[in-house]
Amino acid sequence: MSGAFTPRNIVAALLFAALLLLPLYAHFANDRFLLTLFTRIIILAMAAVSLNLILGFGGMMSFGHAAYLGIGGYAVGILAFEGVPSGFVQWPVALAASALFALVIGALSLRTRGVYFIMITLAFAQMAYYIIAGLARYGGDDGLTIQKRSQFFAPINLTDKVQFYYLCLALLLGALYLAWRLVNSRFGLAIQGARSNDTRMRAIGFPTYRYKLVCFVIAGTLCGLAGALLANHTDFVSPAMMYWTRSGDLIIMVVLGGMGSVIGPVFGAVALLVLEETLSGITEYWQIILGPLLLLVVLFARGGIDGLLGKVRHG
Amino acid sequence: MADALLQVESLAKRFGGIVATDDVALSIAAGELHAVIGPNGAGKTTLIAQLSGQLAPDAGRIRFAGHDISALPMYRRSHLGLARSFQITSLCLDLSVLDNVALAVQAHAGHSFRFWRNARGETELRQPARSALARVGLSAREHLPASALSHGEHRQLELAMALAGNPRMLLLDEPMAGLGPEESARMVGMLRELKKELTILLVEHDMEAVFALADRITVLVYGRVIASGAPDEIRANAQVRDAYLGEAEAAHG
Repeated sequence: MSGAFTPRNIVAALLFAALLLLPLYAHFANDRFLLTLFTRIIILAMAAVSLNLILGFGGMMSFGHAAYLGIGGYAVGILAFEGVPSGFVQWPVALAASALFALVIGALSLRTRGVYFIMITLAFAQMAYYIIAGLARYGGDDGLTIQKRSQFFAPINLTDKVQFYYLCLALLLGALYLAWRLVNSRFGLAIQGARSNDTRMRAIGFPTYRYKLVCFVIAGTLCGLAGALLANHTDFVSPAMMYWTRSGDLIIMVVLGGMGSVIGPVFGAVALLVLEETLSGITEYWQIILGPLLLLVVLFARGGIDGLLGKVRHG
Repeated sequence: MADALLQVESLAKRFGGIVATDDVALSIAAGELHAVIGPNGAGKTTLIAQLSGQLAPDAGRIRFAGHDISALPMYRRSHLGLARSFQITSLCLDLSVLDNVALAVQAHAGHSFRFWRNARGETELRQPARSALARVGLSAREHLPASALSHGEHRQLELAMALAGNPRMLLLDEPMAGLGPEESARMVGMLRELKKELTILLVEHDMEAVFALADRITVLVYGRVIASGAPDEIRANAQVRDAYLGEAEAAHG
């Protein structure tokens, strides 16, 4: 069962091999759009991986995760606008701002449960959305164009699309490794225990609130990094990147890919965004097709794509 | 009385108009198996919930091993050595049997802000967990998800989790509930063994088990203690017969 050649591992390996070779293909096929699309997919996959830490492993149904995309993105955008182009400043600020936001939101919302938790995370994210939309100096509703991508030392040049793609891919792999270590550590087991049965965990001696809060902050910070990448990718930030429907997209990626599986959200992000791209090419009303597809996954494949792959037997 | 491990004084809890715990006093000596019995709705589970810290009492004091624990949260009481099992099976069902017990060990092995090392490979967590499973006879099932166990096995797993933290005292809320005669007998045997090492407060409906195991018995009716004493005294107590035992015997006969 836990051998290396499970269907899940084979698909994951093929996917990452394809992602690794994609710039090569895009180069020879002269398809620049493909590279742009997959850079976006990889960045959003990273955001979904971070959401899965709280949603899939921690059982915390946050409906405001896109807020961190916006906060990470605006940290880069605002600093670039104010004449601080260095990535060594921008990125740590993006991470710190996201972490701080997550700490405050988490500290308040984790005192509630169920529907209230969903609503309170949604409310805070929408609050952040309106605050940013109100910043007239930084474009308000219209957003803010980033003239210069984050500056790092000499060989690293984010304006090089291929280099930027590989940077995002490397960071996604790093995020996956981090998530994998995390969920199998003592901390990870405590979090999963709290997801499964919070009262029992407290009865056996876990102050679950603290563990969930730290998990919430880790997830927010990681998503802030995805936000910083996204801002560099589009050379533009706008409040739309943190609108609540974007939080919904991230949840769909996690559910579609497989909650509580480290790699699942990557499957989900690739599937959702490729599907969105293909379907919207066929018809303007692509969501009419996507909707029922999601319904089928929720009804018949609880574990998402990852769960389906896990069920496939050899031979 | 001075060396009571658990001492409860004038404990009270009401839910709206219902008095669930009414001026309850209880004193349990170290090494004693103390049973709490009473008809349905007598407030037995409410009492355990207050002792374990799940519910805050409205009034009264709870002392455990020399500490006033009345205001301590659940996890702090657990760290002091007060372990609880649940009447309604309360496990992490989607985790493995061994994971469940290992978490109970982990809870007492310092904080869990350890983010990197694979916890499933740590012998200092897995070893005590395996020995707790062995004590309740579940070793062969350790790799199954907890949801795959039978009801009787869930009760055993509950007990293993309570034991894994090396507690000084167990609060057992109806460990025999829903067990078949054979499983019940096994549970009684297990409790008889545990009783040699631990102080136990047992809430139980199974009178046969209670009278077989208890050193002392407290009878609760409508949240009030109506009698407390050795099993023979309780059996002979007219008030208890009226309120409870008579009723049970009438139902059986």
